[in-house]
Amino acid sequence: MTPALQARRSLLTAGAATAAVALATRAFGLLAPVQAQGLAATPTTRGGANNYLPGATIVPRIGGGGFWLTGTVRRAGDGAPLPGIRIQMWAHTTEGHERDPHSHGATLTDANGVFRMDMPQIVPAFGQAHAHLAYDPEHDGNGFETVFLRPLLRSARDKSLSADFVLQKA
Amino acid sequence: MTGLGRARPALVWAAVVAAIAIPGLEAATSPLLAWRDPIYIIGCFAGVAALAFLLVQPLLAGGYLPGLRLRLGRRVHGWVGGALVVAVVVHVAALWMTSPPDVIDALLFRSPTPFSVWGVVAMWAVFATALLAALRRWQRLWRLGHVGLAVVIAVATIVHALLIDGTMEPVSKAVFCALVLAATGKVVLDARVPAAFRLLARRGRRPM
Repeated sequence: MTPALQARRSLLTAGAATAAVALATRAFGLLAPVQAQGLAATPTTRGGANNYLPGATIVPRIGGGGFWLTGTVRRAGDGAPLPGIRIQMWAHTTEGHERDPHSHGATLTDANGVFRMDMPQIVPAFGQAHAHLAYDPEHDGNGFETVFLRPLLRSARDKSLSADFVLQKA
Repeated sequence: MTGLGRARPALVWAAVVAAIAIPGLEAATSPLLAWRDPIYIIGCFAGVAALAFLLVQPLLAGGYLPGLRLRLGRRVHGWVGGALVVAVVVHVAALWMTSPPDVIDALLFRSPTPFSVWGVVAMWAVFATALLAALRRWQRLWRLGHVGLAVVIAVATIVHALLIDGTMEPVSKAVFCALVLAATGKVVLDARVPAAFRLLARRGRRPM
């Protein structure tokens, strides 16, 4: 094989591996993140920061719970899981509007970069059942760039929703 | 007159009332209302009312409603048009009070929700129609402009309503939107508006 062909082949393999890891992490959370070379940072979703109340307290659950908002936080580039990252979440739920302070709460990622929040059932508001999540360096000592997400529930009857962050150093 | 002929006005009115009441009652019993503040609920039902007006308007304009034909029908059409402007203003204002950033995003066409742009287009078309009605002087421009804007209002509102997961129940909402589309289409065709547009286009091409 010529070096050029070899280079192209390894590029193809790397591309396939990245796609496989992307699929695997979507399906199973964090699998073999070391292979995820050149992982791009998650961009902020339009409208993601709407009704954000900065600095919500870290809580074991929001309100009475019953709905799981979960996800992973990884580092841009190598995809390494990031522990101890503060993620804040809020939504329109059976217990309150997005603007109500009691609809907001924050949690920290575990050693595997996974966060899980038990919160009240999300209900459709402003035309879509959706959640808001924030990584805000103002309230987290790890110094990554701000990211706001606004994921949608596939169905308003869903009992859980997941959203993943890839953060890059500010 | 046959029996059916005599009963016809009552049947037409019963059909119109049922067409509005069924989706209205479905919306009024929506489970989502339990988790919404009064101001948000007012905003929702102002939107439902605005959609309901869009069925009444072409029926009035076309003189299809028994007892409200010709001049009286046109006058009521004007009043309902005024009520439509009020409903749209209340809809937007109440949603703004419920969640200001979401409404600001919608008005600036930067919202992540695909239905917002249709709602805002319909809103501006309603306001433009009201302005045109207030300034109507040039008969032909008024008529064609009004019909053109009415079609924009009907189509944009229908898309806006169908894309929303909200207080209206999906099936009754879809049926109601189909009725709005049918009534709007019928009055546009009956009024020979496409022919008038063609005439205007021909005249526009003629050297002055």
